[in-house]
Amino acid sequence: MWRFIGFRLLQSIPVLLVVITVTFFLVRLAPGGPFSSEKAVIPEVKAALEEQYRLNLPMYEQYIAYLADLAEGDLGPSFKYPGRSVNELIAAGFPVTAELGFYALLVAISIGGIAGIVASLRPNSAQDYIPMSVAMIGICVPSLLMGPILILVFGIYLEWLPVSGWGDMPGDKILPAITLGSTYAAYIARLSRAGMLEVMSQDYIRTARAKGLPEWQVVVRHGLRGGLIPVVAFLGPAFAGLLSGSFVVETIFQIPGLGRFYVQAAFNRDYTMILGATVFLATLIIVFNLLSDILAAWMNPRLRSQYGGR
Amino acid sequence: MLTVENLSVSFVTRMGTTKAVDDISFTVESGKITAIIGESGSGKSVACYSLLGLIPQPPGRIDGGRVMFENQDLLQLKPEQLRKIRGRDIAMVFQDPMTCLNPYMTIGNQLMEPLLYHKQVSQAQARKRALELLEEVGIRDPASTIDNYPHQFSGGMRQRVMIAMALINEPKLLIADEPTTALDVTIQAQILQLLAGLQTKRDIGILFISHDLAVVADIADQIVVMQAGRIVETGDRDAIFRNAHHPYTQKLLQAIPRGGKAVELPATEPLVQVRNLCTWFQSGKTSVKAVDDVSFDVLRGEVLGLVGESGSGKSTIGRSLLRLVPVTSGEVHFDGIDVTALQGRGLKNLRRRMQFIFQDPFASLNPRMTVYDTLAEPLLLHGIENRSTVGAHVLKLMDDVGLARAFVRKYPHEFSGGQRQRIAIGRALATRPEFIVADEPVSALDVTIQAQILELMRGLGREYGLTMLFITHDLAVVRQLADRIVVLQKGKIVEQARTEDLFESPQQQYTQQLLHSIPGRSLMELNA
Amino acid sequence: MDAPTITDIAQAEQGSSLWRDAWLRLRRNRLAVFGLAVLTFFIVIALLTPWIAPYAYAQQQLELGATPPSAAHWLGTDIFGRDMLTQIMYGGRISLAVGFIATSVALLIGITWGAIAGYFGGKVDALMMRLVDILYALPFMIFIVLLMVVFGRNMLLLFLAIGAVEWLTMARIMRSQVQSLRQQEFVEAAISLGLSPATIIRRHLVPNALGPIIVYTTLTIPSVMLLEAFLSFLGLGVQPPQTSWGLLIAYGAETMEEYPWLLLYPGLTLVLTLFSLNFLGDGLRDALDVRGAKD
Repeated sequence: MWRFIGFRLLQSIPVLLVVITVTFFLVRLAPGGPFSSEKAVIPEVKAALEEQYRLNLPMYEQYIAYLADLAEGDLGPSFKYPGRSVNELIAAGFPVTAELGFYALLVAISIGGIAGIVASLRPNSAQDYIPMSVAMIGICVPSLLMGPILILVFGIYLEWLPVSGWGDMPGDKILPAITLGSTYAAYIARLSRAGMLEVMSQDYIRTARAKGLPEWQVVVRHGLRGGLIPVVAFLGPAFAGLLSGSFVVETIFQIPGLGRFYVQAAFNRDYTMILGATVFLATLIIVFNLLSDILAAWMNPRLRSQYGGR
Repeated sequence: MLTVENLSVSFVTRMGTTKAVDDISFTVESGKITAIIGESGSGKSVACYSLLGLIPQPPGRIDGGRVMFENQDLLQLKPEQLRKIRGRDIAMVFQDPMTCLNPYMTIGNQLMEPLLYHKQVSQAQARKRALELLEEVGIRDPASTIDNYPHQFSGGMRQRVMIAMALINEPKLLIADEPTTALDVTIQAQILQLLAGLQTKRDIGILFISHDLAVVADIADQIVVMQAGRIVETGDRDAIFRNAHHPYTQKLLQAIPRGGKAVELPATEPLVQVRNLCTWFQSGKTSVKAVDDVSFDVLRGEVLGLVGESGSGKSTIGRSLLRLVPVTSGEVHFDGIDVTALQGRGLKNLRRRMQFIFQDPFASLNPRMTVYDTLAEPLLLHGIENRSTVGAHVLKLMDDVGLARAFVRKYPHEFSGGQRQRIAIGRALATRPEFIVADEPVSALDVTIQAQILELMRGLGREYGLTMLFITHDLAVVRQLADRIVVLQKGKIVEQARTEDLFESPQQQYTQQLLHSIPGRSLMELNA
Repeated sequence: MDAPTITDIAQAEQGSSLWRDAWLRLRRNRLAVFGLAVLTFFIVIALLTPWIAPYAYAQQQLELGATPPSAAHWLGTDIFGRDMLTQIMYGGRISLAVGFIATSVALLIGITWGAIAGYFGGKVDALMMRLVDILYALPFMIFIVLLMVVFGRNMLLLFLAIGAVEWLTMARIMRSQVQSLRQQEFVEAAISLGLSPATIIRRHLVPNALGPIIVYTTLTIPSVMLLEAFLSFLGLGVQPPQTSWGLLIAYGAETMEEYPWLLLYPGLTLVLTLFSLNFLGDGLRDALDVRGAKD
């Protein structure tokens, strides 16, 4: 198992390097200098600024210097907010996004998992069709539509919940979490249904029934583990999706999270912020992919022993 | 102990209702083995699963009948009551030990489960009992293997674990559904012996389901023959084997391969010479020596049997001869041509002269091509016929392999297994090859179909003047067909001899063990 | 036995190919048929839009402002007095084009990549698939946002970028198809007959790998369309004066309190399209008996 983790960790290093390099040069390739919008900058000021952002150096030196800073965890200063570092901006936005993502994942796993398992127990019955139709709606109504509709219904017509903000009013976290989590709840529902159906048709489930175990024990003890492996493996990609999904949801609900900062940075052409946030998010996503892969492999004894020991 | 009366089961699907089991009655007595024999689709498994409420309903439906076990009708019991009986009084062993154990659970936990659920015992007591049983079914060093997962066991060992699991609650009745079909012959013999031994020792009743009369011949007391959902004949073993009344039973008995091929082999020169053949597969950093320094000749006009268990490398040899897998080293000469050195056109010409018949008739035909396309492809490729003349040749091939001409535009999925194998044989014969490698061509087929296909191959072999390498795990089959036999074990040749010599006086211990494992020996004694 | 004649073949009963069986199964699936019908309808409308749209695309009636649906404007007008139906029709052209073109890009790269890796196997395969693994780990959504920022909002780039994200899964599916088919005995049989690799790929591999590819294509289109909507919603995709469903939804969301129909109709259209594609994809999966194509 440790060898598997080590192998995957090693594999992540080149991926990260590729991400950093590609992002760095893409951003440098972008048309227009960072200060082109501000007219008539005094040459001395401009020179000072360029020195501060190392724009006076050749590209490869900039790159090496950036890598060196990165190794120390320093993402550099922001272009748009002089005096603030990208680290500070991320530190301000990320906890909010992380909390939102956590709630959304909770919504997705609990609702999606339960719905999928329930549906799989009686395939082609109402118990299957109803949750699966709801899941289809979840997949086909994207968050950019789900959010406004939820606001319209629960915020404006019914006036049950706040329509925007984060942590300002009680209950203002509910709608964003549902909006972000609904699509993934739907995917998880479909995945866990398919996984459970597959497992419950296996011969060893018949063996368990032949032992006389009650049906709930057959499902819980013999079915769940194999049936949920695909769901666990999906958590990595789902996490990546949640992060990018937070762009939309934070915009809709005006949540001061990293996603909104990122979109704003994109509009403002705050290149160091884009660069820093991309590197940060990519690292996060790679780590999560790794974790979900490891978890899925650990759940499968055959894979576990293949990589030696427990 | 178990009495089944007028049981009927049907399956209701969108296509309509099919009767899977139609009004069957039989009994199992304690301390006796009752065997249900039937080919695929005969309803034998459905019948046994419905006794314990193990068929899914719907689509399954029990139409009527009684199943009396210890003075209660199992069919009338509520699911909870039936569950109390399952795994405690009646236990089951299934066909495929690879898929019937939960891969995510240690065998110890799986073994203890029925005990913990049905009886009030502590975890420690259950574990102790599990260890005892593992010992009894012949698992070496149970204390250190009990916490292993199923994939760490071989097929035979897994089946032993399954048997231990079935016996852990001291059931009164054991239902065994084809428990040895997925195993090698020598392992099959061991498992049958184990079952028979345990049955005598514990005095339990066994309901043994099988497609193979030979397998049950050695152990069954009562035999029930099923065909198309009905019981066609019931009787004790000797009665069935000595004077079966029903034509279907007689057909099954005749289909059991027995006796040898009439010796008709004139001494001829070799057509294929294999010298020091090695075929190794790279698996990670280690190489698996699938075929390890093998040398033999196939004489012109003979049928050479290549016999071995799984992992013996027999299929790989066949594929190596036709260059379907890359050869590591060694030489294969076909009619003086070095096959291993051929490239391009030379190889293509050679392939016209040697052909392959595969084991699985469901995988060896392209599902998107009609019979016509399949049979015409080799004829057109090798320029034997052109587009306007190929049709007549295809129909001739259909006649040769015994397929109705009207089916020529049909697709493989519309045919049965036996018919598909006929198509595959037709394709192999299309180019009029001199040499055919047949890799287990009948082992995926029902016994009666098996007999027909073997008969067809024998006839066509004579008609086309074929030389054949017949690869099989089944000694009884090869005895009927082969002039000489090569026995393989773990990639090496153990023994080669003329068929009758090999059967009468095997020289090597492994060959003796193989011959000893052939099921149905008592049957031969009965008939003798 | 008389000599066989060619006429016997002409008279032979027609077999039922797997494609025909699949079509019959698909036709029995009402949701899939509904999806196919809706989709065909939308595509035809999109193609004919310049000729059948009730108003000119850019025609504004500022004095009219936003009006609810009426006889003159079936789906109402937006705050500039533009006809909503016309807007949705023109937006559909872009949204559908992104869906189909980007999917074609993905299909082309993915199938070629996967087929080569799967057929040759060994080191070629290891190298090619390792690259796919690496790309898989990249946060592509973020990269597309980045690309759109860096290179401006170029539509062509949008197609290519989205196509470049979606080919990975396609390549994996194609590779596993080719790999498993290669080990099938009918391919070995074709080799032992002496067929050339090109013929084997054309006659024996491609027709058998087509099912999963078709199914996955049907399921890729909606996810591509969603990506476009997502980008346009953030203001990073299609730019005015062009429009797309995602952009219309974004505008609708801004004014939904006063003029809910501006959100409702583009939203409904997008959802209906996504439903149709997903139903069709699921139906095709069942009809072609493809397992595990997406979830």
